[in-house]
Amino acid sequence: MNYHWNWGIFFQTSPDGVHTYLETLFMGTGWTLLTALSAWILALALGSLVGVARTTPYVWLARLGDAYVELFRDIPLLVQMFLWYFVLPELLPTDLGDWLKQLPDASFYTAVVALGFYTSARVSEQVRAGISSLARGQRFAGLALGLTLPQTYLYVLLPMAYRIILPPLTSEFLNVIKNSAVALTIGLLELTARARAMQEMSFQVFEAFTAATVIYIIINIAVTFGMRWVERNTAVPGLIGAAPALATH
Amino acid sequence: MFADFDFDVIIRSLPYLFYDGMTFTLMLTALATTGGIIFGTALAMMRLSSFASLSLPAAAYVNLMRSVPLVLMIFWFYFLVPYIGQWVTGASRPIQVGAFASSLVTFTLFEAAYFCEIMRAGIQSISRGQVAAAQALGMTYAQTMGYIVLPQAFRNMLPVLLTQTIILFQDTSLVYVLSITDFLGAASKIAERDGRLVEMYLFAALVYFVISFVASLLVRRLQSRVAIIR
Repeated sequence: MNYHWNWGIFFQTSPDGVHTYLETLFMGTGWTLLTALSAWILALALGSLVGVARTTPYVWLARLGDAYVELFRDIPLLVQMFLWYFVLPELLPTDLGDWLKQLPDASFYTAVVALGFYTSARVSEQVRAGISSLARGQRFAGLALGLTLPQTYLYVLLPMAYRIILPPLTSEFLNVIKNSAVALTIGLLELTARARAMQEMSFQVFEAFTAATVIYIIINIAVTFGMRWVERNTAVPGLIGAAPALATH
Repeated sequence: MFADFDFDVIIRSLPYLFYDGMTFTLMLTALATTGGIIFGTALAMMRLSSFASLSLPAAAYVNLMRSVPLVLMIFWFYFLVPYIGQWVTGASRPIQVGAFASSLVTFTLFEAAYFCEIMRAGIQSISRGQVAAAQALGMTYAQTMGYIVLPQAFRNMLPVLLTQTIILFQDTSLVYVLSITDFLGAASKIAERDGRLVEMYLFAALVYFVISFVASLLVRRLQSRVAIIR
């Protein structure tokens, strides 16, 4: 091998003249986490709404929810990012489109929206599965007690459903963190983008990528352990435990 | 808003998009799926092995691959494959490999981790009694796996394997980060050359949508046909 290892590279100043390479990687980690968390909040909110809609007795609402899921699931995330970033401002009225294009941190907002909508389709699948896994009697009991349909969802079905689908939701959350790397294509300086920049500027390819890989693994382990603790504390007594769904990415 | 829409740019670039771009995308999908399933099945058998020397490395590999973004892995292998090539062939310099070979290695090794988890679930869905019966008949481990366990595991997991293939098909668009001319890469090159981002990206989205949607409908139909009646 004629590759020259240089682990000291992390403490050298990066081309921005202020921060060391290590600090730029940490800044990237911050953007990765901020993007992933914001997108996750959006995905949970939208995904819950769509997931609930798909289990309501209204056929048209359920169909609409199905169409929503197909739309966001059958287009690659990268293409969706491009649609939000390059195409949407052109389709809007000129003033609004120009405002969007000039927004500071536009790539961050776009990444959050794109990632949020993309993930919401997957979250809605889990929410729907969670609600469908409950005995029909629970819905009937709620309605028979005089609760309205929204109340039945809010106080009877959803509190159970969320606790059952916590494990697959955890892997969806891990997916959001990983998928946020796709946002480097629209110029978001998150962790992978910083590692790539470090590789281009310092030519220390493998040190840069090793550092990024290690940071991703640490985030993964931290989230997994944190969620296991939450799962233990929210487990529904008397159930074997919801079977974890196959992780996708 | 579609007034100055230029459909002609799509028509003009169709041969380039499909002959150059889509061929790359589909070839990569097909070969990476094949390689990924073969390597993934081997990994699954390793993970289920009672020898820790086999199960631990396999588990570590799968967990590593599943913890990092695919984009990062694409970068990793793009720079790593020339060195692996040098090491394998004993050449004195890193070997220059093409874009296709590099992405094929990346996707095969990355997706193998996901295929491994699917095959592991498939193997674990076979009842223990069948393995015991095979052993009682005097079958070796290879015979038990090859004739009894794996055929059923494949059949049980076929819909899931195909769904993962659709995901792989969508994931191949990420080779864009290496400026490779896959379907999206071709669309984006035309888009930037002619300043027609809106048309080209909408068209690309439509094509990906139609292919993935039709494929997932077929998988759903297949699912009801291959299910083993119990």
